[in-house]
Order: sequence, then C-alpha cells, then structure tokens
Amino acid sequence: MTEDFKAGARDSIGVLLGLVPFALVFGIAADSAGLSTIQTVVMSAGIFAGTAQLVTVELIAANAGLAIIVVTGIVINLRMLMYSASIAPHFTEYGQRTRAVLAYFLTDHVYAMSIAEYAEEARSRNKRLYYLGLGVSIWLVWVATTVVGYVLGAGIPDSLNLMFAIPLVFLAILVPAIEDAPQVVAALASAVVAIAAAYAVAEFGLPQGLDLLIAAAVGIVAGVTAEEVTAR
Amino acid sequence: MSEYAVLEIWAVILVIAVATYLIRLSFIHLFGRINQVPPRVTLVLKFVPAAVLAALVAPQLVTPSPDVAEMVVDERLAAGIVAAAVAWWRGDVLVTILVGMVALWALQFGPALVF
Repeated sequence: MTEDFKAGARDSIGVLLGLVPFALVFGIAADSAGLSTIQTVVMSAGIFAGTAQLVTVELIAANAGLAIIVVTGIVINLRMLMYSASIAPHFTEYGQRTRAVLAYFLTDHVYAMSIAEYAEEARSRNKRLYYLGLGVSIWLVWVATTVVGYVLGAGIPDSLNLMFAIPLVFLAILVPAIEDAPQVVAALASAVVAIAAAYAVAEFGLPQGLDLLIAAAVGIVAGVTAEEVTAR
Repeated sequence: MSEYAVLEIWAVILVIAVATYLIRLSFIHLFGRINQVPPRVTLVLKFVPAAVLAALVAPQLVTPSPDVAEMVVDERLAAGIVAAAVAWWRGDVLVTILVGMVALWALQFGPALVF
C-alpha cells in the first residue's frame, strides 16, 4: 500500500526539478510585488497553481484592478475543469470526503503523471495513494521553495535561464502522452493557435490565460475532427 | 511596490484559492452521480492533455510574433525540439530537462566559447 505512495513521491522528483526554479521565481516576484511572507505562503499553499500565482503577483505589481486580477487567476485555472473531468472516473470508487481531499492536489503535473500511471494497468497501483504521493510531495516542495525564493530575493542569475525547465517538463509529459495521429493534430493546432493568441494577448492587452483556453479549445476541436475524419 | 490595502490582497488570494479549489473539485465531486462517461465526452477528454500541454509549451519556445521566419530562429525552439526528441526516445522527465537545459546553454553560451 505505502509502496504506491512512495512510487508517487519518487515519480515527482523529475517534476520537482522543473518546479523548484518556478517556485523560486514566484517567491522572488511575490517579494518584489510587496506581498508579506504569510500572504506568499498562503498563496502557494491555497492556490497551489504556479502559472496563476505568478500572473496574479505580476498583476498586483502592475497595480491592476482587483476584479481583473481575480478573473485572470480563475480563467488561467479553468483548464483544471478539464483535468477534473478527465481524472474523475478514476476516483468514483472513493467517498466524497476522500474526493474532496484528492481534488485539492489536482495540478498540471499531478494530473498528467497520475493519468499516465493509471493507463499502465499491469502495475495496478492504488490510485489515491500514488496520486497523493505525487501531490503531497509537490505541495510540500512547492510551498517550501516559494519561501526560499521569497527570502533569497533576486540572488539567482537570470543568465542561466532556469525558467526554461518549465516548458521542458511540459514537453516531457506531452510527448509520451501522444499515442495517435489525431492527438498529433490536436497538439499542433493548439501550439500554433497558442502562439498566435499569446501574441494577440500581449499586443491587444487581452486577459492573460485567455490564449491558453482558446488554444486548448481549438486543439480539442481539431483532434475530435481528425478522429472523426479518419474513422470514416 | 503595489498600492493595495492589506485586506484587498488577502481577498484576491482567498477568492482565487477557493475558486481554484471548486474548479478542481467540480467533476470529481459530481461524477459519482454519473456512472458512464458519454462517448462524446470521452472523445473530447482524449485530446485535453495534448491540447493543453501544447498550449502551455509553444509560447515558451518562441517569442510570439507575426514574423514567422524570424520567430523560428530561436535557441529555445531548437533546445525544445532536442528535448522533445529525447522525451520521445526515453520518456523520462529528468533526462528531458537535463538534455534540454544543456542544449539551451550550448546554443546560448557555446558560440561565445568557440569564436
């Protein structure tokens, strides 16, 4: 039983290498935006979503309107609706209280790595223990490293470009997850639209995160269409 | 420094935290009342990871610009392609990160060392 929790914790190590610089950068950004230590910790512990946290802090630093900050943070995290729907069938065997706890740890990485593990039916892992092994490890390191970043301030040389580890983590999860041609279509369509939409968001001052949602929606429609065309 | 009242910052943090939790809980909570996922929904869900992850990655490998020719000449894109090849070959997160970072550093700092 605890083997499965340990397996999740062990599998989180690769993700953590990408998240540690992210958490450090968030801590530094929170400090420069004027947030207190407690506010920074509560953000990491409570929101527990790096992209939304970083954008929220950037908007606070830019003195954006409160409603815009809140809406932006929520819009960026709306993608988790899709994670919730996707992983929900794996949690139907658990009671509502267990599910309420599991939901708290649902991040990009916990979702992607759990789904990949659940697909390996031969390993027959205990689903919630593997998931919690990932989630609790990532949560602890995320919150702790945020504080380290907050305390360290701007001591890390930007020239090393450690932030690049974040898209590398997403690539490492994305590439093995692609199993057929329609999924390739979905990924490519999404990537192209994401770049165009990111440009539009920056150029026209549209809400941050809107580009991600538009791109994902177009990618999904493209994938479904490709699937239906090839099935015909 | 920002110009908000302390309570305003707290309100922003707490509202986003609660909303994010409810988003995470949504289908996980509701699913017990639906025994089977409709095939249409399953089909859509199949493409969620690929579409979302690609949307997260792509804008971080280039600087989004209307000038495509200029945009594709980017050390991050080259390093990302190398990393994607490694991910496809090995399927290992740690190795993918290490190779991707080394590729980026080689492209950014290498020419200065050679010439």
